[in-house]
Amino acid sequence: MTIEIKTSTLEPVRNTFANIERRFGDKPASRYQEATYDLQAETNFHYRPLWQPEFELNDKNRTKIVMEDWYALKDPRQFYYGAYVQQRAKMQESAESSYGFFEKRNLAGYLSDDVENLLITYLIPLRHIENTANLNNMYGCAFGYGTAITQALLYNAMDRLGIAQYLSRIGLMLDGNTGQSLIESKQHWMENPAWQGMRALCEEMTTVEDWFEVVLAQNLVMDTLVFNLFYEQLDGKLAAMGGRDIAMLTEFMQAWNKDVSKWFDSVLKTVASESDENKALLHAWTEKWQSKVLDALKPVIQELLEPEALNLAVAELEKRIKKAGITA
Amino acid sequence: MSAKKLNLKDKYRLLTRDLDWEYSYVDRKKAFPYEEFEGIKITDWSKWEDPFRLTMDAYWKYQAEKEKKLYAIFDAFAQNNGHLNVTDARYVNAIKIFLTGVSPLEYQAYQGYAHVGRQFGGAGARVACQMQSIDELRHVQTQIHAMSHYNKYFDGFQDWTHMHDRVWYLSVPKSFFDDARSAGPFEFLIAISFSFEYVLTNLLFVPFMSGAAHNGDMATCTFGFSAQSDEARHMTLGLEIIKFLLEQHEDNVPIVQKWIDKWFWRGTRLLSIVAMMMDYMLPNKVMSWKEAWEVYFEEAGGALFKDLARYGIRMPKFVEVTEKEKEHVSHQAWWIFYNYGHAAGFHTWIPSDEELDWLSEKYPDTFDKYYRPRWELAKKMEAEGKRFYSQALPQLCTTCQIPMGFTEMDDPTQIAYRSSDYEGEKYHFCSDGCKHIFDEEPEKYVQSWLPVHQIYQGNCGGASVEEVLRDYYKLNLGADNLDIKGSPDEQRWKEWKGVA
Repeated sequence: MTIEIKTSTLEPVRNTFANIERRFGDKPASRYQEATYDLQAETNFHYRPLWQPEFELNDKNRTKIVMEDWYALKDPRQFYYGAYVQQRAKMQESAESSYGFFEKRNLAGYLSDDVENLLITYLIPLRHIENTANLNNMYGCAFGYGTAITQALLYNAMDRLGIAQYLSRIGLMLDGNTGQSLIESKQHWMENPAWQGMRALCEEMTTVEDWFEVVLAQNLVMDTLVFNLFYEQLDGKLAAMGGRDIAMLTEFMQAWNKDVSKWFDSVLKTVASESDENKALLHAWTEKWQSKVLDALKPVIQELLEPEALNLAVAELEKRIKKAGITA
Repeated sequence: MSAKKLNLKDKYRLLTRDLDWEYSYVDRKKAFPYEEFEGIKITDWSKWEDPFRLTMDAYWKYQAEKEKKLYAIFDAFAQNNGHLNVTDARYVNAIKIFLTGVSPLEYQAYQGYAHVGRQFGGAGARVACQMQSIDELRHVQTQIHAMSHYNKYFDGFQDWTHMHDRVWYLSVPKSFFDDARSAGPFEFLIAISFSFEYVLTNLLFVPFMSGAAHNGDMATCTFGFSAQSDEARHMTLGLEIIKFLLEQHEDNVPIVQKWIDKWFWRGTRLLSIVAMMMDYMLPNKVMSWKEAWEVYFEEAGGALFKDLARYGIRMPKFVEVTEKEKEHVSHQAWWIFYNYGHAAGFHTWIPSDEELDWLSEKYPDTFDKYYRPRWELAKKMEAEGKRFYSQALPQLCTTCQIPMGFTEMDDPTQIAYRSSDYEGEKYHFCSDGCKHIFDEEPEKYVQSWLPVHQIYQGNCGGASVEEVLRDYYKLNLGADNLDIKGSPDEQRWKEWKGVA
């Protein structure tokens, strides 16, 4: 620096941007606040979308949920882009070292045919469910309202792509990078009767119009059940079958699920406590999708896990529903 | 196993588009409903060539490294009062325009790419668009963080998002992006990925970032460098989308040509603000607008369109007009702002004598003849205490929304007026290009939220211009607007620098 002036002599004119000051008072703001609040255009749109002339470009009416201020849905993780990628890079680093270790020690070679079959039939097809989760979160991002929720949905969508890619890599490690296991696992997804309920449900979810409904169906109902069954309960079964090492490869998904649950539970809680109408909607949607997802999961889980597995997963979901205050 | 090991291309395919599948339980058109209404024919999405191959784990890793470095510099910049290193207080007005006019477009790009990143049926294209969406979010947020420090020490940054939705000249960039986002998904990509990111981005991004580099603005310049590798990816997407559409079906060619014509002209009008920034607002000049146009459009764009000729694509309509406009547009635009400096959220000024000489040198055919006399007159009036501001609200072009101040390019003393009649109303335009765009889609452009009309209709609060500026735009009058001379910005700058 060529100019040396004591910092203390330079009094700032203001502490933060005016919109942040209006919300939180005249004091220094966090990077999350400055990069989140009021970024999205609110008014004076020039043209109606050719593809949805019934709405403005940014429109609160794309969901039945009503919020006085959509920026109330803040992210307890305070993720703006920089914070998000840095946090995920840390998780990625640890996943990379696990995948690297798994590969270097050729741990795939020690898996029994039964374990390998189980992974190809029941675990790797989850990459297609993650693809649906990516679409559903993108839908929420594109049609949602306010940066607070839409940026978090985008991070979530990109995470889902990442998880789908990790699942695919598990397949590639099993088949020695030929892609054979992914072809087989996709065949199960497309044709195995046990999976057809889930596939039909995934397809149906991508046609839901209300963005908050589909985001809830995905991030609360589907994810709680699927992550509990396939990453926690299946983990135990794999360990019993001599496939304990697989846990190294699904650690990312477990840690990720914890991280996003914290965020989405807080979103639901805020929406539910806004009004009885919101609460009733959330409740109705949760019931509707819980019954759909359970029906779809039944045939897979019957083949894969013990009879009480679904009940255990439902108990997990009920815990979250209660925590979020989504009651009748 | 007998199967062959995968090459990188096939592996990326498995890690992206192979995640998708042919639907059998619901109609896929219900899940991806907007692919057909524009008339574009996609016969085979599998022909999409991934413009770049980046898996999410690598994305997190690279981007996190970039962010770590970038924010370390932002922190150092703030700690060391980096704003004191800019050439002079006038420079900061260029980045006020950037934050209020350009950063919100990055936001709209984030939204637009999120939309097409959900709506395209082809998973390859979808993933590429999703990655651009999150990059664009990065850009708007890092720009806010880069400018956050300036906001603490200069006026005019503080209400940038409120201003973008309302202020008259900011409806030019806002309507540009509203136009693209309200279009169908393929037009959006031709508008933004191809026409803007690929053909014109070097005329927006590079001038601002080089301007920052030349004027001691480390925060903005570092952001610019950091965004370069993202921009490179975005440009490859722009090239892929055009090749893909043109190769999919010959019926796509005339549709794509129409969009190129429209978005090229829309883009050049948007860039007039960059032109004036380069020629008038940078204390240390990078190059003239005319030179930039020649290097980045005429040479680079010329070569590109030569390549596209084999698909039956020709140069954009009205390109011959831009060849003349490059001599005039920056001077006319800064003159408009000088006249309306009381209604702008940044400061204006008369070029210094050295700057007038630089302009004469860079524009030998036009500056001394048409524009220097204006500035000499303005200088004389200012010296006599008669600084003049236009009080009447200007008429705006219905398409680009710039005040009707541009001239006929063959007669720079004559303001250009064009008009069209539509359903019993008359609509006004600044140029043949803007009139043509309106005539192609009048039902769209009659919706334009024209700031001056809105003020007259009483939709912007108060009865007087001053009330509109103060209450509706939330400008701090006397601080954000008017000339740099005598402004609080200038006073503080002098105090910091110890100049009387």
